[in-house]
Amino acid sequence: MNLQLPTAAPDARVGAILKLAIMAVGGQGGGVLTSWIENTARASGYDVQATSVAGVSQRTGATIYYVEMTPHTGKQPIFALAPSAGDVDVLIAAEMMEVGRAILRGFVTPDRTTLIGSTHRALAVSEKTVPGDGIADAEEVRAGAEIAAQRLILANMEQLAVDAGSVISASLLGALAGSGALPFDREDYEESIRAAGKGVEPSLRAFAAGFDAAVKGEIKETPKTTGTPRMIGSETLLKDWHQLEARVAPMPEPVRVMASAGLRKVVDFQNCDYGTAYLDRLDRLVALDDAAKGWLLSIEGAKYIANAMAYDDIIRVADLKTRSPRFARIRDEMGASEGQLIQLTEFFHPRAEEIAGLMPAGMGARAESNPRTMARLESWFGKGRRLRTDSLRAYAMLYFLGGLKGYRLRTRRHAVEVSHLESWLERSLAPLEADYALSVELLRCRRLIKGYSDTHARGLTKFETVMNAAQLLEGRKDGAEWIARLREAALKDPEGKALEGALRTVRSFV
Amino acid sequence: MAERSFKAEVEHLRKGTGDVFTGEGILALTKALLENGVGYVGGYQGAPISHLMDVLADAQGLLGELGVRFEANASESAAAAMLAASVHYPIRGAVTFKGPVGVNVASDAIANLSSSGVTGGALIIVGEDYGEGSSIMQERSHGFAMKSQFWLLDPRPNLPSMTKAVKDGFELSEASNTPVMLMVRIRSCHVTGSFETRDNVPPPLTVRDAVANPQSDFNRVVLPPMSYLHEQDKVKNRWPAAEKFITDNKLNEVFGPEKSPIGIVVQGGLYNGLIRALQRLGLADVFGQTEIPIYVLNVTYPLVKTEFDAFCEGKDHVLIVEEGQPDHIEQQLGSFLFKSGRKIKLYGKGVLPMAGEYTGQVMLDGVTGFLKSAAPDMLPGKVRAPNAPAPDIPDLSKTVPIRPPGFCTGCPERPIFAAMKLTEQELGKHQITGDIGCHLFGSLPPFEIGGSTMGYGLGPASNAAFDGGGERRAISILGDGGFWHNGLSSSIGNMVFNKSDSVAVIIDNYYSAATGGQDVLSSRAHNATKSTNNPISAALKGVGVEWIRQIDHTYDVGHVRAVLREALTTDYKGPKVIVASSECMLNKQRREKPVRTKAIKDGRRVDIPRFGVDSDVCTGDHACIRLSGCPSLSLKRLDDPLRDDPVAHIDQTCVGCGNCGEVADAAVLCPSFYRVDLVHNPGRFETWHARQRSRIIGWLQTRRDGRRLRLDGAA
Repeated sequence: MNLQLPTAAPDARVGAILKLAIMAVGGQGGGVLTSWIENTARASGYDVQATSVAGVSQRTGATIYYVEMTPHTGKQPIFALAPSAGDVDVLIAAEMMEVGRAILRGFVTPDRTTLIGSTHRALAVSEKTVPGDGIADAEEVRAGAEIAAQRLILANMEQLAVDAGSVISASLLGALAGSGALPFDREDYEESIRAAGKGVEPSLRAFAAGFDAAVKGEIKETPKTTGTPRMIGSETLLKDWHQLEARVAPMPEPVRVMASAGLRKVVDFQNCDYGTAYLDRLDRLVALDDAAKGWLLSIEGAKYIANAMAYDDIIRVADLKTRSPRFARIRDEMGASEGQLIQLTEFFHPRAEEIAGLMPAGMGARAESNPRTMARLESWFGKGRRLRTDSLRAYAMLYFLGGLKGYRLRTRRHAVEVSHLESWLERSLAPLEADYALSVELLRCRRLIKGYSDTHARGLTKFETVMNAAQLLEGRKDGAEWIARLREAALKDPEGKALEGALRTVRSFV
Repeated sequence: MAERSFKAEVEHLRKGTGDVFTGEGILALTKALLENGVGYVGGYQGAPISHLMDVLADAQGLLGELGVRFEANASESAAAAMLAASVHYPIRGAVTFKGPVGVNVASDAIANLSSSGVTGGALIIVGEDYGEGSSIMQERSHGFAMKSQFWLLDPRPNLPSMTKAVKDGFELSEASNTPVMLMVRIRSCHVTGSFETRDNVPPPLTVRDAVANPQSDFNRVVLPPMSYLHEQDKVKNRWPAAEKFITDNKLNEVFGPEKSPIGIVVQGGLYNGLIRALQRLGLADVFGQTEIPIYVLNVTYPLVKTEFDAFCEGKDHVLIVEEGQPDHIEQQLGSFLFKSGRKIKLYGKGVLPMAGEYTGQVMLDGVTGFLKSAAPDMLPGKVRAPNAPAPDIPDLSKTVPIRPPGFCTGCPERPIFAAMKLTEQELGKHQITGDIGCHLFGSLPPFEIGGSTMGYGLGPASNAAFDGGGERRAISILGDGGFWHNGLSSSIGNMVFNKSDSVAVIIDNYYSAATGGQDVLSSRAHNATKSTNNPISAALKGVGVEWIRQIDHTYDVGHVRAVLREALTTDYKGPKVIVASSECMLNKQRREKPVRTKAIKDGRRVDIPRFGVDSDVCTGDHACIRLSGCPSLSLKRLDDPLRDDPVAHIDQTCVGCGNCGEVADAAVLCPSFYRVDLVHNPGRFETWHARQRSRIIGWLQTRRDGRRLRLDGAA
């Protein structure tokens, strides 16, 4: 246990001081967990000391609790008030990045530390605000934990607790008991929960779940995939669908998964004819593609053409909001039981642009080009609307809008989307012969277009910026790499500061 | 009512002689006050001593029985001023607040008190907010003791030592007619342990008795020529009396062997950390029995030269373990050595860092560094010649994100800052100052509103340079806590008097929320012993603010934005003050949850709101999160190869505050959000009506599904 081999033999009892640290996110109940552990140890004849850091760090920030204990002798031992790197026997981390923080701070060492961590994520603000994907890599933390810990217990303690109707402090206490890292029996821990007297039964259930997770090892969460989603509908329509599906079958194997997914998306968005149009566009790419390149062009094409064709117009949103599985899903999420009712409020804020987009193509185009018409549309329609979709009137309105599919292909929005799609495809394929990779990267730039209203407009601007950079980079060997870099930069912040910086670099060398 | 209730624990304060108290440091300190015949107590909340105020508030019954007056003072300054009762009357008084910021605020009163001198023991319990977990600038309270000549106790961090320090503090104060500050560090406040209790002692003279027999003596008034005499009295009488009391009663402690060529001087509060380092080096046992002599300064000011000289006798190397900067103690001890003409080598800052907390590793490195130079033979072999390489643990510093504190789920301040961010998007960036309180989290991402904080209640005052106005008006933030603490006069009064053209936003969440939900004057709750329900807007009118806008529902982002826009664009030239009021969600939930649960149990109709996101409608741009940062609004990855980015997701901790919907509306974000009201125990007609509606909706859905192809489960 001791790190040093001193000339003077250290007091053997120093090694007998058990040191336990808890790293949590403020609001997770770290204080409750600490007092359970403290009471368990005290009731088992130990001298114990616990410390915590109160204050604003409790408000959703990273926080730390610390416990030291040693068998009671009648003489007061000297305990430390905070954990030291390399000197912790048990480290409990109530969240995956807190596991990482514990390792980072040196509180987990291979010579002695039992690490008990919850694999669930409470995302930090910095991970969530990125327009792209800013979620930290939990696998890196897991790999680090496997090296750093002497003994590692990882499980989704949050889920175990929630399933038991309790909170994470209880499942973590169970895991601590199950780990056997402290010299107390299961009953000793359970007695502390009972003695505290608050929410005893759910806490004991969560405790048991945590205990089992520690004893049996992590239960790998089965990903909630229901397999490939199916298309459903009438026999006649399904016949058309199967014919479409048959067109995917002869495609190169690597392309098929994405092509099937894309096909499902566009048919769900509109109908089988629309699916045909999708496959026609995709076929062109496959014909231009090359097995030696891994069919990357077709795969990315299959993905982004589908996304471009299934654009987010009022009709799509209204359709999705009025489907029956949605109502079932929401009842399920809320845990609504038989006798309980659900009231549902939607938040819509249409703008003149959406209204014009819903007009027939020619009329919409004229409206858009006339600021006065747009101002009038804005004053008529442009305000926040809260629709109670559990009420008939609001439901009927959305139901009507969602049923406008037959008219959709004649709308202004559709015309705009098609022309944008075609131009993007042409621009992406233009350098294909000279630079395959560049074409692939340009196709991928479609990822930048997302969101609604201002966010959508900003996305479009960024998309244009990156696409235009292709001209600057034409003929360069690293052109594709730079487009990828610019795209990643564009996803870093909403204002496009990172993109601007990256672009400045590009301009400096071209 | 405060966030944490100590009603159950307060019963332990009744324990008598022969009993053992087990619990937190804060409670132990309270118990010690009662055992030592304190006559009045007070203070101002703030980490890490907030709970001391909460304990005192919850113990008012017991305090009343003993004849002890409890005052929840308006500020630290007010608390320190209250100690004036001990100037003329032989009554022991104790107040508590945080250091050094609370001491900054209180320093005017403390300086006057120290000049006058005291008859009854005057104790200031300071929670020193330094190091990990601190929420303020990193400074020391030590300097205040040096400049005003009061005494500073820094006891070893265990319950017997801390409670003894209360007794010693009162006695030292009385023996030297000087106020005494008892310093406890962040973790000492919440350290748990046990100590043997004594019976509580009612004050021999209560404040009630004293006020019936008033006394005064102009010799104690800080006016010339008495003030010159006070200074002389401090140096010639009070200081020597203090030194004599310290040595006679052995307030400082010496541990370890009597003879040794080396020694360590340590602040009492750091003793445990030092012992841990020695334990790890094999130089101390589990009970703190040390092989190196240690001089523990339970009194860190004044330093007693005779004691230090005696400790240094026969030593060649002495280490001073003193946390923080400047190194007041080291400078003083160095001066002692120099004046004595001794040739001892002094270590301190150098082997130990000048700045920052002395954590376990810092202490271990520091002591090791000292021993390497002063007594290398004492070091364990492995330190002298390490052979095993350190384990190769992957560097996670690039992976693990920082996690600063932020607004809680459902916080009523979030929509205010969302509205401010939207206002800035519309009107451009403004000069904005923040203040102390939860609202300072608004300066962090995702809002980044406000660029400075100058002290409690000083938000608007710190914008005074811009009071003259300009193309864009300056905005300042002030909390309700800060408003009543100091803001009404220093900030609002300043704005009125100087005809400020700026805008002040007062964030009123019904509590002193950041410090743990204590009541303030404008709290809406009924409080049996305090006067609440005094509206901020009435106070504003009283000091002459004419342009006041009261917002009673901060979650209405559009309305908050409209009021802000009005304040920023109105032709009115004087101070514009917006009072944005909604209850702190943490306290609201604590208050309402039990009531709601009971109502559901009783079969009454209750609807509970929560928000959700349609993941098929969400495009994963995260614009909503950039206007929220709510812990319950997070992201999830979809099991869909067509999607690159995770989409927004609201988990079951959502309290349905409404911010998501309001922001989606006000910022025209997207139609992904929905609000669900789960109705418990609906009425019979309501259920029938809902069933009819859902039957028709179901018919419509089936009708459409029969005519199209759709993805199973998509919605």
